[in-house]
Amino acid sequence: MAEIGAEEHMNITVCIKQVPGTSEVEIDEKTGVLKRDGIDAKMNPYDLYAIETAVRIKESQQAQVRVISMGPPQAEAVICEAYMMGADEGCLLTDRKFAGADVLATAYALSQGIRQMGAFDLIICGKMTTDGDTAQVGPEIAEYLGIPHVSNVLRIHAIHDTSVILEMNMAESVEIQEVMLPCLITVEKDIFQPRLPSFKLKLQTRERPVKRISFKDLEDQNERHYGLKGSPTQVLKIFPPPVNTTSERWEGKGEELGSRLAQKLLELKFV
Amino acid sequence: MAKIIVHQNAIKDREAVIKVCPFNALEFIDDELIINAACKMCRICIKRFPDVFEYVEDDLPHVDKDAWRGVAVYIDHIENSIHPVSFELIGKARAMADKIGHPVYCLLMGDNVDAMAEEILHYGADEVFVYDKPALHHFRIEPYTAVFEDFINKVHPTIILVGGTTVGRSLAPRVAARFRTGLTADCTILDVQDNTDLDQIRPAYGGNIMAHIHTPNHRPQFATVRYKIFDAPARSETMVGKLTHCDISEDLLTSAIKVIEIKKKEKVKSIEDADVIVVAGRAFKKEEDLSMAFELADLLGGMVATTRPLIEAGWTDPRLQIGLSGRTVKPKLIITCGVSGAIQFVAGMNSADTIIAINKDPHAQIFNIAHYAVVGDIYEVLPEMIRKIKALKKPA
Repeated sequence: MAEIGAEEHMNITVCIKQVPGTSEVEIDEKTGVLKRDGIDAKMNPYDLYAIETAVRIKESQQAQVRVISMGPPQAEAVICEAYMMGADEGCLLTDRKFAGADVLATAYALSQGIRQMGAFDLIICGKMTTDGDTAQVGPEIAEYLGIPHVSNVLRIHAIHDTSVILEMNMAESVEIQEVMLPCLITVEKDIFQPRLPSFKLKLQTRERPVKRISFKDLEDQNERHYGLKGSPTQVLKIFPPPVNTTSERWEGKGEELGSRLAQKLLELKFV
Repeated sequence: MAKIIVHQNAIKDREAVIKVCPFNALEFIDDELIINAACKMCRICIKRFPDVFEYVEDDLPHVDKDAWRGVAVYIDHIENSIHPVSFELIGKARAMADKIGHPVYCLLMGDNVDAMAEEILHYGADEVFVYDKPALHHFRIEPYTAVFEDFINKVHPTIILVGGTTVGRSLAPRVAARFRTGLTADCTILDVQDNTDLDQIRPAYGGNIMAHIHTPNHRPQFATVRYKIFDAPARSETMVGKLTHCDISEDLLTSAIKVIEIKKKEKVKSIEDADVIVVAGRAFKKEEDLSMAFELADLLGGMVATTRPLIEAGWTDPRLQIGLSGRTVKPKLIITCGVSGAIQFVAGMNSADTIIAINKDPHAQIFNIAHYAVVGDIYEVLPEMIRKIKALKKPA
């Protein structure tokens, strides 16, 4: 699959997602319903770094950049946005059968969609999404494609015919690794500054289609692997986070206050 | 397995019905209400319009829950020193295991890990499964996943807890996908039911919503938990539990990843990433007095930030400024020291989980948003606070 020489260009696939325009969502305490005011959709901000990484590679060598997303038909908007940043081709996995997917079912459907799009050398994902916040979909896609993955990539040093040299962000160190292609990476937000969508590209790509992939196009036709049916986790309920309603006023001698504060910090587990 | 059926005839107010969905998944096509791919199966529509929407469940995948026993903890380590989140998870695993009468298992993999294996026995695990191989020296995804898979196939734990560290967040999803089972990331509350189902509560939407999640028909049940969410049990002098050394074929430990070099990171952290922030305000009379703020921040593992006047005085780096013209922070704890609390400042920090404000002016605006409003002079409060914290930190 990784014979770049044979195809003379590298195939890069970027996974992107449309997320609510703000994470400032609120739940109506009485009804348990998500308040929808001001929830427009936008590209997951972390995905911009993934697209930028792919486009930078394309600028330095022969490469084809594809983007893939899963979501309702409206999610096409994020693919068009990726076109304006320099992506060449895009496809949207959309089908009611994919609805209600948790991490596992999402990753599985995306892996099937990626296979559908043809050969791939490098798959790039953002670090995480701003709605789910899990950072799990990337590694799970890699598992279903049977390729290695590296999370938290800080920099790409070089891309060779059969491997990529990169920097992985560990808690206390940075590891420089050589990873054989094909592989999947999730990139940190500092990897590159994402460009703004270009007006010129917007005009150029206005007619460029977004390929739609539905359940019937996929290789695995077992419905139990997709959407709610393919999701081992179930959300029992959603509720607003507990708010810190403490409001205490402390007065007294400075030293006593200092000592009391230290005790309070111990109680709150900060010491 | 489960779906939502629409009873078209029962729809009275079309507008109202469509609006009920927070994900815009309801639309009318050719006069028929359909549920599109945006549906998240949150079932809010059913709650609001029970006569229009109906939830039907059919054949569920079946799992023999009795075949899965034990609560397992993945032992995370950096350069052969155990990451403290692992101990916190052993504590949680113990509490849950006792509730359902299961054992606590630990999985330790790495190179030359004997000392770590013994250390774990001081924290109350029943059995530690140890995979000690040179190929496991660096964290590389394929061999680590292979070992994890081997462990699960051997032990069949019903619950697996993994620290939400760089390694854990990369490894757990990979293994969960291999077993086609559920994984809930960054849980903040965990509990177990009598039938071994794991109750998992986690924040989503950047912490603006909490979700209660379970994995009713799959085993094992995976959860990741970040550092400092649960309490670590006290280290006991005696060792309990046993070590079980496991072998695995070298063929399974190959990797397409080669670690070329490991560079120590220089600590450039931004205040947005800090869990604890100490803010120095105008009450600091001299630049050198800032050492109090730095000392307090160090003791709490946090960072110092400042307000605009101190930046303008050239005392601190502009990158440390909180407020509309600086950075917006959302730490777990913020302690403002001698900060008046102008609106421009407050806008940059008022979503912190816990706000402690120290100011000698009893009418300071900062007190309006503080959880703990401490009326006092920083020159009296801080030195004593620092002294007391140092005393508390000293092992008894």
